[in-house]
Amino acid sequence: MAECENDSDVESRISYRDYVVLKRGDVFKSVQVENKKKVVFEKQWFFLDNAVGQLFGTRFEIEAGGSLKLKAAKHSGDSLDSKEAGQDNRHIVDDGSSQKLTRDDIETLKEQGLKGQEIVQQLIDNSTTFKGKTEFAQEKYIKKKKKKYESEISILKPSTRLLAMMYHGREPGKICHLRYDTLAQILTLGNIHAGSKILVFETCAGLVLGSVMERMGGFGSVIQMYPGGGPTRAGMESFGFPSHFHETLHEFPLCKVNALLAGTLDLSEKDAESEVSGSGNGQSESTQETSAVSEEKNSEPQSMEVSIDPQEEMRREERERLREKKAQEKKVKMEEKRKKLASAAALLEGRNADGLVIASRFHPCPVLMCLLKFIAPSRPFVVYCQYREPLIECYTKLREQGGAISLRLTDSWLRHYQVLPNRTHPVLLMSGGGGYLLSGTTVAADAAKARNQHKSEEPVAKRLKLDEISSA
Amino acid sequence: MSFVEYSEIIQEGDVVIIFLGHESMMPVMVQSGAQTQTRYGVIRHSSDLIGQRFGSKVTCSKGGWVYVLHPTPELWTVNLPHRTQILYTTDIANITLMLELKPGSVVCESGTGSGSLSHSILRTIAPTGHLHTVEFHAQRAEKAIQEFKEHKVSHLVTVRNQDVCKDGFGITGIADAVFLDIPSPWEAITHAKSAIKCKGGRICSFSPCIEQVQRTCEALLDHGFEEICTLEVLLRVHDVRTVTLPSPDFGPEEDSRSSQVASDLSQDEVPNSGNTSVICRTATPPREMAGHTGYLTFATKPRD
Repeated sequence: MAECENDSDVESRISYRDYVVLKRGDVFKSVQVENKKKVVFEKQWFFLDNAVGQLFGTRFEIEAGGSLKLKAAKHSGDSLDSKEAGQDNRHIVDDGSSQKLTRDDIETLKEQGLKGQEIVQQLIDNSTTFKGKTEFAQEKYIKKKKKKYESEISILKPSTRLLAMMYHGREPGKICHLRYDTLAQILTLGNIHAGSKILVFETCAGLVLGSVMERMGGFGSVIQMYPGGGPTRAGMESFGFPSHFHETLHEFPLCKVNALLAGTLDLSEKDAESEVSGSGNGQSESTQETSAVSEEKNSEPQSMEVSIDPQEEMRREERERLREKKAQEKKVKMEEKRKKLASAAALLEGRNADGLVIASRFHPCPVLMCLLKFIAPSRPFVVYCQYREPLIECYTKLREQGGAISLRLTDSWLRHYQVLPNRTHPVLLMSGGGGYLLSGTTVAADAAKARNQHKSEEPVAKRLKLDEISSA
Repeated sequence: MSFVEYSEIIQEGDVVIIFLGHESMMPVMVQSGAQTQTRYGVIRHSSDLIGQRFGSKVTCSKGGWVYVLHPTPELWTVNLPHRTQILYTTDIANITLMLELKPGSVVCESGTGSGSLSHSILRTIAPTGHLHTVEFHAQRAEKAIQEFKEHKVSHLVTVRNQDVCKDGFGITGIADAVFLDIPSPWEAITHAKSAIKCKGGRICSFSPCIEQVQRTCEALLDHGFEEICTLEVLLRVHDVRTVTLPSPDFGPEEDSRSSQVASDLSQDEVPNSGNTSVICRTATPPREMAGHTGYLTFATKPRD
């Protein structure tokens, strides 16, 4: 154990502000540990304060009043054994009266503060059919009851595996039904690794972004291309990356991509200002702006009374100061935003990114066609879509346009197995759709071909030949 | 180039992947003065490869041309010389995610085999992680060492020529993850457990047969592993194509009297000659596909 402590352990202990993943059975939930914050998970509520200082991976029991108690060491009283068992179910009749405890009885047991395990034992003792059940059926019965009455949770360190499984189980809609095995393909096919420069466009709550960042390990850079007012990053935040990871993350608004490509992107401050008032781009900013305007309006009629009331005068000055301060803050924010934009633009300008990942609710075709321009030749790209048809379109367009080879449209099929002595079989329920992927490798744009496309009459035959060779 | 770092320009000593078209590729070690024969003609390394940008088009002697690609573990997997049966990208992707591999991870693997998974692990754990891989076949171990050197990743990997079931991985208490692809993984669980860090870690075993899975799961349970989970992932590749579906000919419309009124209204619908067809763009699964590679069993070793 002494040896253990040095491979650990400062970062293996849970502390306030940490992002953690709660696990109960196969259900996960991501939360941030905060002082006296009530957490609701699987129909139970509790506080995480007692978990602070404990090691990740620790198991807890929930006590009355929502406090967490360390679960006693392993299987101490796993004595829910049953000596007798039946051979088959020929004599078991479903008359609804096998359980002698009523619902009220169980409620009273719970109120008495009986431990989950004790309640399960009671249920077994009061089941008239339990002894007649086969060994396997007994085991299944106990497992089912345990799941219901024994409320053990463990607190884990977040990872792509846990968060991807959590999102897929709890909120598939938020991540465009991206299943974890498909996410695994994205990260591998995209050759995501430390030291590269990766473009990510996603509307998967930041899960894809976070998983890319995890694989980069804080080395290299990630440029998040975002639609609308700002990037979504809740999923990424849940990873609880150390702060130096965030220094590798850049963002660039999709609505400025055309300007960047045309070389007309204006990074002067003036531009940043005009952007705010224009085109509903930054939502938060534009509301700020309007509130500032309305404030101005309000202050005007009041300022007429001022000369009379000295107190009012003071308040007015106060307001003035406040407004100035706000304006100042806004300016600083603006400046920061401009700098960020400039740094992201500088990264993109080289058009030498090492990879592209797209996973969004938008039609992937225009996004892919546009963002591929920023990728260096001989680099992989991966496009996720919940549906197949838009990717068929992407495939066709890419084949027409060239610049990409090894195109593959795939989906994967995930099957879980129950492995138990004499009871091994595929799990009954499997996930239907996990989405589709289009992947490929960029190659140097063909200059001759580009020229041909300008004089659009002649080159049908040639293009065909090109396609033949660059096919698949 | 290296398998863990992109570069722009091809240099002497690099491994490049020559892309010949439709799933046809070959790996080439670039050496000045060397030549490579392809079905499109000869490629002269000094003039055609060295100094060129990865991803550029190279014209061969017969006028045909190829693309030269930067190596990646995925391209290597489909091009490597087989010394054993290998793991493919679909399984590798899931192994990597479910073992929670990332830069800095310390990983144990056995057997090394042809090194398909090894390259992928190295890519993911670089620049700060390390792979300890064990291969009991001396010649294969030797070959793997040589390949890692050629691919400029040897600083990230230690190859041990020993029997993992008897001698373990050669390290204790430092691994974040263990991967087993051996005929009797249940015999290596003890060693796997002791290789993993005190604070815990992940394990994966790949087996083609369910009986192997059964024994492995029992062993894992006996050794206190948790979250034991067996799964299988299959990849479906869709072939994008345009298909033409002919419309059937129902013959001339018989009761022209009753339809007279209707056909007056939609005159242009009528000339339904026999050979109309509908063109549609679709994606079809291949006639045959890989139906089974192996079962993947994952588990967590809890803190000691």
